Amino acid sequence: MEMKEAIFNYCLRYADSSLIIGHRLSEWCGHGPILEEDIAMTNVALDLVGQSRSFYQYAAKVEGKDRTEDDLAYLRDEREYRNTLLTEQPNGDFGQTMMRQFLFDSFQVLFFEKLKESKDEDMSAIAFKSIKESKYHLRHSSQWVIRLGDGTEESHQRIQNSLEDLWRFSDELFEMNEIDEVLIKDGIAVDLSTIKDHWMQNVVDVLAEATLNVPEDTFMATGSREGKHSEHLGYLLAEMQVLPRTYPGAKW
Amino acid sequence: MCNFELLLINEKAKMEDLQKLEEEFQARIDRGEKIEPKDWMPERFRKQLIRMMSQHAHSEIVGMLPEGNWITRAPSLQRKVNLLAKVQDEAGHGLYIYCGAETLGISRDEMIEQLHSGKAKYSSIFNYPTLSWADMGAIGWLVDGAAIVNQTMIAKCAFGPYSRAMIRICKEENFHNKQGYQILWALCKGTPEQKEMAQDSLDRWWWPSIMMLGPTDKDSPNSKDLMNWKIKMQSNDTIRQRFIDRTVPQAEVLGLKIPDPDLKWNEERRSYDFGEIDWEEFFNVINGKGPMNKERLQARRDAEKNGRWVREAANTYYKKRKEQAA
Amino acid sequence: MTDTSKPENKEWPLWEVFLQPKSGAHHAHVGSVHAPDAEIALQNARDVYTRRQEGTCIWVVPAEAITSSQPDDENSFFDPADDKIYRHPNFYTLPSEVKGL
Repeated sequence: MEMKEAIFNYCLRYADSSLIIGHRLSEWCGHGPILEEDIAMTNVALDLVGQSRSFYQYAAKVEGKDRTEDDLAYLRDEREYRNTLLTEQPNGDFGQTMMRQFLFDSFQVLFFEKLKESKDEDMSAIAFKSIKESKYHLRHSSQWVIRLGDGTEESHQRIQNSLEDLWRFSDELFEMNEIDEVLIKDGIAVDLSTIKDHWMQNVVDVLAEATLNVPEDTFMATGSREGKHSEHLGYLLAEMQVLPRTYPGAKW
Repeated sequence: MCNFELLLINEKAKMEDLQKLEEEFQARIDRGEKIEPKDWMPERFRKQLIRMMSQHAHSEIVGMLPEGNWITRAPSLQRKVNLLAKVQDEAGHGLYIYCGAETLGISRDEMIEQLHSGKAKYSSIFNYPTLSWADMGAIGWLVDGAAIVNQTMIAKCAFGPYSRAMIRICKEENFHNKQGYQILWALCKGTPEQKEMAQDSLDRWWWPSIMMLGPTDKDSPNSKDLMNWKIKMQSNDTIRQRFIDRTVPQAEVLGLKIPDPDLKWNEERRSYDFGEIDWEEFFNVINGKGPMNKERLQARRDAEKNGRWVREAANTYYKKRKEQAA
Repeated sequence: MTDTSKPENKEWPLWEVFLQPKSGAHHAHVGSVHAPDAEIALQNARDVYTRRQEGTCIWVVPAEAITSSQPDDENSFFDPADDKIYRHPNFYTLPSEVKGL
């Protein structure tokens, strides 16, 4: 695989993940459990869509085919999307959303911490900006995981179920393929195997504080690195892409 | 003197006291002083303010829903973040106004309960459906445009917390109006289909927008009191006229036609004359018979209900920590 | 001991929010938020009142912890300062040729 192609695809992977989970969060806008939290979730959504735009813009530049961030976000199909399965899972209740966010934020913080050192200046710059945001997101989502886990009996049960439901998507965050191989050699990509233990430790610590049990013997889902998604993504994209698809070439 | 007579004299003295207090209160307002929550105020003033502020706050919150309807379908990433930020601001603005009203001795939960039970009202405009992307433009341009004309007035009102909230809101809302207009501007410069989308949207939102500024002065029962107390600074009709005069030339720039055959510049008044407003529609919508009343309220009730376990969990978590520390 | 087993549907308490617009400046009151505890109050204040990068530091204070003077106190609290104009620098006339004062 050529370097340019690898960088392009690498960026898409992280752009897609941020966009899809940001999109999911934005579905909460106007429906949050309390006004303050509605505002907080939207802040996170705005940051994440912002991160995706940085990655898309850089991907488009690297590709050099005059495609824009919107072409990349709005005119690729389900099978071309590379977001991790975790990010496309439906919101469920507030606990489910916070658990999804917590597992994701825990990854993002460690990932950006390493990506800051990337030899690719653009990616390093994106990481520098994004890590500040992701650290706050993690603070927000872990505080909620802790409160819901160690709150009422009902909240404990609900978020324990969410954890069991979402845990199977955690391994995939760290999957690597040919793209990673090419880029790690040149010090551009993050070797995800080096952050997995750290991620596990951080997650387990918070879950312990939340009095939640880490699921054991879970079957781990996989597929997004090859664009094999859950059935949820297709609907999300159909909704998101409806206008540019219905009016090809129109400017908005 | 018998007890009864004593009682009467007492009552009379109390009434005189009250009258004196009210006169002093009105004099403060006339001098342009701001009333703060701890100051003495007539009970009617407090009640009217709570009614007005909570209605305003509810409108911000319910107002998130029609635009929220298009967040997931915004046609570009830039439009998506613009709209998200805007709808989020509305949540913030609702929050500021609720907090202002809370200083009058009513809790936010109580106000929300009044909304959910149908006792409290909110702006009629949000009971119309958003049927195309162009509606995001029309709402920003017309609805926020009308709201801004109104809110710039309230920023000068006599109640401190309301005025302060409104100053902050006006500052933040600056971009809302512009982002709406810009959406329509892009559509009007776009394909014929896009332009049609914009015109259709204006056709549907024009009348509701000028209605939302409230009934004509003769049908506005609370207006006189509110204006004496300077919590309403201009009459509905004055604000409406100002909004129309400001908006018509903006429509011309877009090349869109305002759906009012009677709309005409009146050189003598230096203002636009406009057609008859269908007040029956307005009162129907206010009284729950608009196209989306049921859905809007249901969405708010659902959010409240579905969030209950979350709010409870946080309370319980706090209680446990406090016990642990003790 | 309070019973923690029963969920409580009471409203989250109110916190007053004070924002320092830039380092070196005073914290100023900007509004309030509802929150169940201090950490969430801080986060809510950040999310509600700094959406446009308005600050460098936030204080949150439980509203019930604030003691306020009452309107009736106004005369006795603030009027006595009326006749102490000697606390203000422009009370003092100095020879015009003096520098650095």
